[in-house]
Amino acid sequence: MTGFTIGRRAALAGAAACLAAPAIGRAQGTPAAVRIGYAISKTGPNAGGASITTIPNYELWVREVNEAGGLRLGDRRVRIEVVEYDDRSISEDAVRAVERLVNQDRVDFVLPPWGTALNLAVAPILNRAGYPQLAATAVTDRAPQLGQRWSNSFWLLGTGQDAGAGLAEVLGPAKQAGLIGDTVALVSVADGFGIELANGMRPALQRAGFRLTYDRSYPVGTQDMAPILAEAARGNPEVFVACSYPPDTLAITEQARVSGFNPKVFYTGVGTAFPLYKQRFGANVEGVMGVGGVDAASPRFQDYKRRHLAASGREPDRWASSIVFASLEMLQQAIERVGRIDRAAVIRELQTGSFDTVIGTVRLQNNLLTDTWVVGQWQDGEFYGVVPTRKQGARQPIVPKPAWRPT
Amino acid sequence: MEAVGGVLFSGIVLGGMYALVAMGLTLQYGVARIMNLAYGEFVVAAGFAALWLFTAAQVSPLLGLLLVMPAAFLLNLMIYRVLLLPLVRRARSPGALETDSILATFGLLFVVQGVLLAAFGGAYQNYSYLSVPIGLFGATVTANRLVALLFAAAIGTALWLWLARTRAGTAVRAVAVNPEAAQLVAIDVRRVAALAFAVGGAMVAAGGVLVSMFLTFNAAMGVVFTMKALVVVIMGGVGNLMGCLVAGLLLGLVETAVASWVDPGLTLAATYALFLFVLILRPAGLFGRPAR
Repeated sequence: MTGFTIGRRAALAGAAACLAAPAIGRAQGTPAAVRIGYAISKTGPNAGGASITTIPNYELWVREVNEAGGLRLGDRRVRIEVVEYDDRSISEDAVRAVERLVNQDRVDFVLPPWGTALNLAVAPILNRAGYPQLAATAVTDRAPQLGQRWSNSFWLLGTGQDAGAGLAEVLGPAKQAGLIGDTVALVSVADGFGIELANGMRPALQRAGFRLTYDRSYPVGTQDMAPILAEAARGNPEVFVACSYPPDTLAITEQARVSGFNPKVFYTGVGTAFPLYKQRFGANVEGVMGVGGVDAASPRFQDYKRRHLAASGREPDRWASSIVFASLEMLQQAIERVGRIDRAAVIRELQTGSFDTVIGTVRLQNNLLTDTWVVGQWQDGEFYGVVPTRKQGARQPIVPKPAWRPT
Repeated sequence: MEAVGGVLFSGIVLGGMYALVAMGLTLQYGVARIMNLAYGEFVVAAGFAALWLFTAAQVSPLLGLLLVMPAAFLLNLMIYRVLLLPLVRRARSPGALETDSILATFGLLFVVQGVLLAAFGGAYQNYSYLSVPIGLFGATVTANRLVALLFAAAIGTALWLWLARTRAGTAVRAVAVNPEAAQLVAIDVRRVAALAFAVGGAMVAAGGVLVSMFLTFNAAMGVVFTMKALVVVIMGGVGNLMGCLVAGLLLGLVETAVASWVDPGLTLAATYALFLFVLILRPAGLFGRPAR
C-alpha cells in the first residue's frame, strides 16, 4: 500500500516538475521517468530464443519495478518508461536500433539484445556512449578479453570452452567409478556456440581418458537427424554428446528415443533446459544432461519461477532465464545505490559491488560472472545444476541414465 | 556404414516431405504465375493451426487437414482476388507480373508473420503425435513421418488425377503451358489462375499440417520452407508436379546418403551442388517445359 502512495506522489511530483521546469528537474538528477530502451529479436531466427529467455524477463522486471512505484532514486521513486524495437535478428538492425536509442530517444539505460552475435555487434556503440551492457545471453570464449577491452560490458554466461569442459567433470569420475566406459560419440551444429562447445569438450574429454568413436558436425537447420544418429550409435558409444541448437536438440532426442539408442550418458545442447523439452518428452527427460542448470530447490528460484509463470504464462528456461533476471536486479540495485542517472557510476558499481539476486549473491570478477552452472541434468522433472560440483545446490549426477520408456 | 536399404528409406521419407512442401508452390508459381514469397509463412501458419487444433481441441492433425485445407483454399482465393488480381490486371508481361507479385507477397510475408507472432509468440513449438518408432528396411523412423509421407503421396496423387483427368485440371495445365493460347479455346485464364492459386494454397496448408507433426517450428521459420520449396520447384521444372516429386526425392536421398556415408557437415553443400548440376545440364529444370 505504501508503495502505491509513494508511487503516485512521485508520479505527480514528477509530472509537476516536468511541466513547470524540466530543465531544473534534469539538473537535480530526478527525472520524471527512467527511460529504458532495448532492441530485441521479435522476428527472424533469434526470435525463438529471445522470446523464451529474454523478453518475458524484461517485461516481468519492468512490471514489477513499476508496480512497486519505480526505481528508487535518492528519496523518490521514478517509474520506468520503455522504448522497444525489433532488431529482426539482424546485426545491422540491432546496431541501428541501439544507436537510435542512444542518440535520438536518449534513453537512460539500454538492455542488451539476445544472443552472442548481437551482443558483440552492439558492444562498441554502448562502449562509446558509456552505457553499461549486461550481456546475459552471450556465450563466447573471448568473454575475458571483451570484459577488459570494453569496461562497460559484463559477460554473465561464461565461455563455450568452460561449458564444454564441464562435462568432463561428470564423466571422468563416473568412468573411474566403473559406471561408464571410455567411448564418446560427439555431434555438433556447425555454428558459433555449437563449435565453441565442442571445442571445449574435445580436449577435456581426451584429458579425462575418453576416446571419440564419432565426431561430426551438421549444418544449422538440418531437419532429419536419423542418418546422423544411426551413424553415431553404430559404435555403441557409452556417452552421446550433441552440441546442438533448440530444434536439433528436440529432433535428436526424439530420434534417439524412437530408435532405442540408449547410451549411459545422453547430453544435448541449447534447448535441453527449455520447459518445452520437458513438455515434449515428459518422464523421458529423466537423466538427460545438457548445458545450463539451476539451483531449483532454492526458494529464490522457486519464487522467481512462480512470478515468471504468472506474468508470461510460461516457465523460465533453466539456463539463461534466471541469469537475465539477475542481471536486471543487478542493474536496478546499482542504479539505486548510485541514486541518480549517472551511467559511469553505475558501471563502477556493477564492477565492484555485490548484488542480491534470484541466482544468489553475485559479485563480478573482471566483468565476468564466473561460477555459472555449465552442466545440468533432468532429475525428478527439474533441471538441476550438476557442474560446478562445488557450487551450492549442485546435485549428484545420475549415471547411467535410465533407458527411454515407450510413451 | 549404414545399410543401403536404410539410407534409401530414410531418404525417401525426407524427400517426400520436401516434395510435399513444394507441391503447392509449383502450382502457384507455375500456373498462377505468382512467385509467392510468403509461401513458407503459410506453411508455418498451417502448422500453428494444427498445433492449436491438437492442443486446444484435441483434434488430430490428420482430421485437422479436413478443416485446414478448405480454409486455406478460401483464404488463398480471397488473397488472389483482393491482393493479386489488381496486379494481374495491370501487368503488361509475365515478367512484370512476377516482379510485382514478388513485391506484394514479400509484404504479405510480414503480415502473416506478424499475425502469427501476435497470436502465438515467437517461441519454438512442438507437439507429440504418433511419435512411435517404426522399423523398416533397417532404418527406424517415427510413425508420424511415415504417415506424412503416405498422406503426401495420396494428396499428390489426387492432385495429379485432378490435373490429368478432369476438365478443370486440363484447363489448369493449358494455362501453365501457354496462357495466351488457352484464351483461344475459351478458357478464362484469370479464373483458372485464381483456382490454381487457391488449390496451391490448400496444398501448402496440407504440407504445413503434416510437417508440424514432427518438426520444431516457430513463427520466424517460414523462410526456411520457402527456400527449400524454391530449390525443389526450380530443380523439378516450374509448374511440373512430377518434376516436383522427383526433385524432392532426389534431394532427400542425396542428403541422407551424404549424411550417412560422407559427412553430415556436407549435406548443404551436396544439396546445392546437385541443384547447380541439374541447372547446368537442364536450365529449365528436370522436367523442362512447364506442362502437367
